[in-house]
Amino acid sequence: MAVIKAQIRTGVYYDSAVLMQLQRSLANLPGVGDAGVIMGTDTNKELLERIDLVSPEVTASRENDLVIVVRADNEKTADEAIAKVDELLTAKKATAETNVRPKTIEAANEILPESSWVLISVAGRYAARVARQALAVGKHVFLFSDNVSVEDEISLKAEAAEKGLLVMGPDCGTAIVSGIGLGFANKVRKGPIGMVAAAGTGLQQVSSRIHQLGSGLTYGIGTGGRDLSEKIGGVTFLMALDVLTRDPETKVIVLVSKPPAPKVAEDVLRVARKAGKPVVVNFIGRTPISRQVGNLYFASGLDDAAAIAVELAKNPPAPYVAPELDLKRFAKGQKYLRGLFSGGTLAYEAQHLLTEYLPKVYANAPINKDNKLKDALVSVEHTIVDLGEDEFTVGRLHPMMDNELRIRRLLDEAKDPEVAVIMLDVVVGFGSHEDPASELAPAIAKAKDVAKKAGRYLEVAAVVTGTEDDPQKLSAQIEPLKKAGAWVSTSNEEVVRYVGSILQGLNAVATVEKPAATPIDLAILKKPLEAINIGLESFYDNLKVQGTPAIQLDWRPSAGGNEKLIGILERMKKYE
Amino acid sequence: MINITEANKKVVEAFMEARPVVVGTAKAIEVIPGMHKDLYLHAGPPISWERMAGPMKGAMIGALIFEGRAKTAEEANKLLESGQIKFAPCHEHASVGPMAGVISPSMAVFIVENKTHGNKAYSGMNEGRGKVLRMGAYSPEVIDRMKWLNDVYAPTMDAALKSAGGVDIRSLLGKALHMGDDGHNRLDAASLLFTTSLAPHIAKVAKNAATASDVVRFMGENALTILNPVMAACKTMTDAGANIEGSTIVTVMARNGTDFGIRVSGLGDRWFTGPAGQVKALYFPGFTVKDANPDIGDSTITETAGIGGFAMATAPAIVTFISGTAKDAVQTTMDMYEITYAEHKYFTIPFLEFRGTPTGVDIRKVVEKSMLPRVNTGVAHKDPGVGQVGAGVVTPPMNIFEDALVAFAEKYGI
Repeated sequence: MAVIKAQIRTGVYYDSAVLMQLQRSLANLPGVGDAGVIMGTDTNKELLERIDLVSPEVTASRENDLVIVVRADNEKTADEAIAKVDELLTAKKATAETNVRPKTIEAANEILPESSWVLISVAGRYAARVARQALAVGKHVFLFSDNVSVEDEISLKAEAAEKGLLVMGPDCGTAIVSGIGLGFANKVRKGPIGMVAAAGTGLQQVSSRIHQLGSGLTYGIGTGGRDLSEKIGGVTFLMALDVLTRDPETKVIVLVSKPPAPKVAEDVLRVARKAGKPVVVNFIGRTPISRQVGNLYFASGLDDAAAIAVELAKNPPAPYVAPELDLKRFAKGQKYLRGLFSGGTLAYEAQHLLTEYLPKVYANAPINKDNKLKDALVSVEHTIVDLGEDEFTVGRLHPMMDNELRIRRLLDEAKDPEVAVIMLDVVVGFGSHEDPASELAPAIAKAKDVAKKAGRYLEVAAVVTGTEDDPQKLSAQIEPLKKAGAWVSTSNEEVVRYVGSILQGLNAVATVEKPAATPIDLAILKKPLEAINIGLESFYDNLKVQGTPAIQLDWRPSAGGNEKLIGILERMKKYE
Repeated sequence: MINITEANKKVVEAFMEARPVVVGTAKAIEVIPGMHKDLYLHAGPPISWERMAGPMKGAMIGALIFEGRAKTAEEANKLLESGQIKFAPCHEHASVGPMAGVISPSMAVFIVENKTHGNKAYSGMNEGRGKVLRMGAYSPEVIDRMKWLNDVYAPTMDAALKSAGGVDIRSLLGKALHMGDDGHNRLDAASLLFTTSLAPHIAKVAKNAATASDVVRFMGENALTILNPVMAACKTMTDAGANIEGSTIVTVMARNGTDFGIRVSGLGDRWFTGPAGQVKALYFPGFTVKDANPDIGDSTITETAGIGGFAMATAPAIVTFISGTAKDAVQTTMDMYEITYAEHKYFTIPFLEFRGTPTGVDIRKVVEKSMLPRVNTGVAHKDPGVGQVGAGVVTPPMNIFEDALVAFAEKYGI
């Protein structure tokens, strides 16, 4: 037999919503059929009457009275239920997750306005859109997501470049910013080495080695594996390189990439040459020709790159001073090299070294057959001719003994308005011409004069091979050549690098430069890292573990992933 | 070519700059545009008698009895089925009504005038909580209260309002939001402010002291006294921003107990409707979710104007309706910032450093983020004649925002 029990409390006020909740809690207790917790107003009492939940006390209650009434299976249950009221009234709700989880980047930005990074690891088909939103609010983007189209990558990076922001990725696995690892990253101490990598595990391997060797990183900037492809053109890589160049704390830069597009690699190296600090390069699959060229250090592998960088950071080399090239001397349109060699090995070495400076050098004895001159007598663009080859020596003395053919060719080349530099080798010693300079020096002067009269400047550079004890006497050969206006050295490599630099400079001026990206604001990059994470929760946890203020977005795909609606929303942006 | 940004700016500016003042009361037929003796207005989008929800049917029956057109429910039913009585949404007649929202020709209504733009809106007298006509109850005591409201209360209010020179609802609401009201479900502070500002005038203009006492007592005891003038005030705000070409801002959200409907400024008078949802509610003793009618009423005009569920952060006491914590209230408001276009200039939230309430629901943002507006509401019993059974929170159906977005794209060739 069910019983009704009531308790009246006078002079207390509770909000009706609190009471409704209390009433629900009481009614849910086992053995309780129904419950009412109300203030004793007439309206409320009518409600209780409607469900026969009344007792004399209830009827007698007044509007300032708190009425607690239960119908229960038995008296004991009813008493216990009423006894629970105070407990329920004072019970505190477990406070849920204290961190607010906003749903959009804009909202997250309101909460963490100092954040300058957004980490994105949502499904690829949504990633570009999310990245665009991050760029719209002026954030650098760490884009872990893969399956982002090349078109999206191009447009994202173009927008980022315009705004002076980094888009690291897509498919960027790792980065280190201000000592904090993003994505997959190792705990690497801070130090003087800055890295740019289009190779995720490459960055991890080199940065870890650097740490093991006792040094550390300023930044490890990932670019995504496609950044150095021809289509993307190294946008992120170049921006990162630029910012590390400007960063005074970065003493040595390390560039790592999976095999890059040759043209983009050239762009990167051209910029790297101007860094004004040592740059260690390891482009996997690109065998270094020389260990060091100016401020560039070519590593044979990842481990080597780390070792070189650490050594350079420990023992900084004297600042590299590039030779004065004075490109302004040359007329417009002068851009090619002609090498007129008597020595086959010197000609070979020249071609080999020039691959670091020029995309293609033709030759009658080429280092690879694609560069073979159709006709050894006719130069094409950059050309190196070995006049000691059989085709020239049939019925004629070797050019080391007979200068006539070379002089004729020299004067011919000087007339070509596209020629900027002519390189010669002069090999003396037993068996050679008794005084080659006596014939070559006047020819050089004449060639330079031909160009001058046509309004051009012709540089003639010569390597002289020999010793003071040779019959021709080395210095006696060098002197007249110099007097004739030639740039002379006894090192073939030095001469090749000199002419290579000139031609590289002239051809760089000639190529149309891409519009420069807006420089990244170094001051913002230097701020202690704060980040917004969208996607993989572990990335958020990792940031928290590293003591970084971060916000995890409660992210959902736009318009629930409905393509038609997404399309409309995208098109509507044109009307904003 | 339309400029959505400019259009939306214009709409929310109109919402915020509208300054509604309740200036008096009158019989519906005297003031509501297009009202005639057979026209009965109701809440929400258009609906036929057949599809009407229980509480709305009950309110219609009660209204016919109140008008003297029927003596019993049976008689009223016959008349309502006959087709002689015409139905139209309040919203299509510059009016709004809570819950069933029924306004019949001779019912007294508040007149609210927007002093900035000059437009007006109307809403009936609030009957208090419990067994009331707007919840579908029509028993004799319900009709008697309606008659008292019409014959005694409304004329006294009219005289008092005129004596007071009107009551500025915008400034009153701004204050009430700082006193823990959300402006929709919790109007305790606003109703008291309304009562205290009119009490001296009531004392002056009432027919006699007993009437003055009755009227002031009724106002003071009813925490929803000011709900109807507030709703009409919100209606003048959103109407001021209606029909702006190219705008994606919602100007009406309303439910008839069967359908939830919205209108969008740039899409004119067109309704977009979907099924009205079940309210996540706390129930009065003896009632459960099984008794509840789906979402009903025009009171969502408050959320449309930037208060109500959107201002939860300033009214943490009401989160108990959803068994939530005070933090949930803040989160609700934070969520609403995500789908609205502006932050209100005059309605602010002290707890959020006096940030403006989220104002102007943007259909683009709702669809893009799959986030729906949050509505605080009362719950009516599903059967005619019973009344209110609880209160809680609810959201509109998603499809109406998606349909509106598609219609927008079609209309403007996007």
